[in-house]
Amino acid sequence: MGWFFRALNSSIGKKFVMAVTGICLLLFLIIHLINNLTLYGGPEIFDTVVKNLESIKPLVRVIELVLVLIFVLHIFNGVRLWIENKKARPVGYKVNGSSENSDLFSRTMFVTGSIIFIFLVVHLRTFWVSFNLGHPLAAEHKYYQIVAEAFSDPLYSILYVAAMILLGFHLNHGFQSAFQTFGWNNKKYFPIIEKLGLIYTLVMVIGFASIPIYFLFFYGGNL
Amino acid sequence: MSGNMNLTLKIWRQANANAVGGFVTFNVKNISPDSSFLEMLDILNEELEAKGEDPVAFEHDCREGICGACSLVINGRPHGPLARITTCQLHMRHFKDGDTIWIEPWRAKAFPIIKDLIVDRTSFEKIIQAGGFISVDTGGVPDANAILISKDAIEKATDAAACIGCGACVAACKNASAMLFVSAKVSQFAVLPQGQPERYQRVQAMVKKMDEMGFGSCTNTYACEAECPKGISVRNIAQLNRDYFNAKLKSENVEA
Repeated sequence: MGWFFRALNSSIGKKFVMAVTGICLLLFLIIHLINNLTLYGGPEIFDTVVKNLESIKPLVRVIELVLVLIFVLHIFNGVRLWIENKKARPVGYKVNGSSENSDLFSRTMFVTGSIIFIFLVVHLRTFWVSFNLGHPLAAEHKYYQIVAEAFSDPLYSILYVAAMILLGFHLNHGFQSAFQTFGWNNKKYFPIIEKLGLIYTLVMVIGFASIPIYFLFFYGGNL
Repeated sequence: MSGNMNLTLKIWRQANANAVGGFVTFNVKNISPDSSFLEMLDILNEELEAKGEDPVAFEHDCREGICGACSLVINGRPHGPLARITTCQLHMRHFKDGDTIWIEPWRAKAFPIIKDLIVDRTSFEKIIQAGGFISVDTGGVPDANAILISKDAIEKATDAAACIGCGACVAACKNASAMLFVSAKVSQFAVLPQGQPERYQRVQAMVKKMDEMGFGSCTNTYACEAECPKGISVRNIAQLNRDYFNAKLKSENVEA
């Protein structure tokens, strides 16, 4: 197996790990968004969806564990690549011309990734912990209310929307970058992949960000 | 002559690989817009030599954009602000009278500075030595067209072979990655029948050497393609990645 780990530790191997875990996370976000959109169905539908997930708890726990593993690999490799890549240029340029030859999304992957990680911790604290670890409303299966109360705080909602926009930066580069890493770049279909990536990104950002906006502005004090 | 320019140059000067470097300001006067960037530096150096000072060291050879010797990061852009040219093909008409121009060497751990603006690009040679060749038997010249090659394959191979190994891709990359260079040198053989016998051995050996030399990893910013004087496409990197994965899956060499 030595050859296998050597391959994964090569520069291309590390990219490959980033791309595979990245694609897994892209797929996870689709499922997450579908779940979130049931909030628009009102308290009954959302609470029933979450309650149904409760009934298959062991399976959910296994999936969560796999998800944690994917996140850890993605974050670990991302940080490792960032450190190694910094070392590859010990003395930087006085004049930075990178805005002339590359897009902002690709250059800020570490920054947006780091902010998304902070968001992830806060997000898990707000919802995962509340849903799973004995929030009084969770015991009554009033999950919808937990969400509504969290987003009734304007500051929290604004930070949430901002984090989603930065997530969009990350996804927009990550989507097409994964295909390039797999070697699936060809004159004919790569422009389609880039457009698909942009559509995916817009759907995710608008979808996820719409929820705090909905609760903040339209749901109002209707708790 | 009218239209001639006076410029302020901020040039990186460093006595040798271990010395501490820094920017030194020079003023050059009466530069013709028709002179090339390197001719402008020649004029500066002649003035410095006349004064008995050490001329600014910079690399150059053919001065017609095909040898890959010239380098220079000019105002943050490898080979200057224009696309698809080398520094020697850059002319002073693209600058304005009174401009301040920052001139820096390629910056990468794998390209240590020899002096001033000259860097040691031996790491590229090491990568080529690791596998960037085909082994050919000596003997009689083979018949032309004995092996048929499609026009598409020829075009891909010659496009990749246009790489002059100047290192602008490394200089442009925020990670100082050599992926575009290595991918061009792998792809030019990977798409041709002559490259097939050593195809998987080649890609594994060259990537291994690239990593050993201290280049960074590719994060697909595509700055390399934008700054490449020969317009080498990042599709070659996709080809390199495909070949690398195929080599790992198909080759039975567990040592590679």
